[in-house]
Amino acid sequence: MMFLAPKLYQHPEFKIGMRELAPQALGIAAWGLMTGVSMVKAGMGLWASIAMTLLVFAGSSQLAAIPLIVAGAPAWVILVTGFCVNLRFVVFSLHLRPYLIHLPRWERLLHGYVTADISYVLFTKRFHHPGKTPEEQLNQEAYLAGNDCLNWGSWMVASLLGIALANFIPPSWGLGFAGILCLLGIQCSLASTRLRMVSSAVAGIAAVTAYALPLKLNIVVAIAAAVILCLSLERIKPHIQRRPA
Amino acid sequence: MFGVIVGLSAVTVVARSFFFLSNQDWQLPHWAQRGLQYAPIAALSAVVVPEIVMSQGAFITTWQDARLFAAAAGAVIYFSKRDVLMTIIGGMAVYLPLHLGLGF
Repeated sequence: MMFLAPKLYQHPEFKIGMRELAPQALGIAAWGLMTGVSMVKAGMGLWASIAMTLLVFAGSSQLAAIPLIVAGAPAWVILVTGFCVNLRFVVFSLHLRPYLIHLPRWERLLHGYVTADISYVLFTKRFHHPGKTPEEQLNQEAYLAGNDCLNWGSWMVASLLGIALANFIPPSWGLGFAGILCLLGIQCSLASTRLRMVSSAVAGIAAVTAYALPLKLNIVVAIAAAVILCLSLERIKPHIQRRPA
Repeated sequence: MFGVIVGLSAVTVVARSFFFLSNQDWQLPHWAQRGLQYAPIAALSAVVVPEIVMSQGAFITTWQDARLFAAAAGAVIYFSKRDVLMTIIGGMAVYLPLHLGLGF
């Protein structure tokens, strides 16, 4: 793994990335745990559950794919479903492109593969602009690697634990809600300008209103609605917001 | 089944790297660049809000739902302590007794 590249893990930003992810690790772990439990409870075999955890590394697409796999749906249906559920990452990749594009392709893809929601949010929160010098670029890459490393580790350990303990942790306890509280905390931390609060409110309402759409497309619709509305508001009232602090 | 799992892993890589799969030179239009600063909070809100106010695909019709109290407590804790870990712990400290104790 690229985390093993000494220029990254020996870099001070690697530790900062880990430290900034640490408060979220409990929420990530709770979510991973319940994803592990769900896979086994849904009737995926032990080895398939383990393989899925280690390879797919995307909670929402795993949860969407499980019932389809168990029901024996055609492979292409499962893959298209997985992609649609992951569409928010396509938006994130647009944001991350200028930060990573200087790297060789396989390194970019490896970074992309391990950068899930929380790491993306923390990374873009810390670095408002892509690095301009090789030093800045390395700082950012090391931060991202440290952040991803702890995120990956807490998810994997908890998910495998969930697979092992599936019969002792009933989903009805609702432990997975800790993952939602984790995202809620990060969401609050991003509400630094009035337009971002508008974005948050609009996306929340849109996601509920469009909930009936298949394949979690309500999330993509909500992001689009919030971004378009905020851009329009910026035009009408340019003084209400410039760059956040 | 293992073929599907490998395929889903490829889907993860492609979705998360979509716009940097190719390194062909192109510039994002300025408005889109500006719009992206509103995307992270929108994405989180779009994931979080339905998980708090919906149940089995429908808007909840009762206030007796542990998630509402836990989310409210979590938000208050975040804005007073600025700490995500405290938000998780405090929110669950409200959620679990209400959910398991009172059946909310």
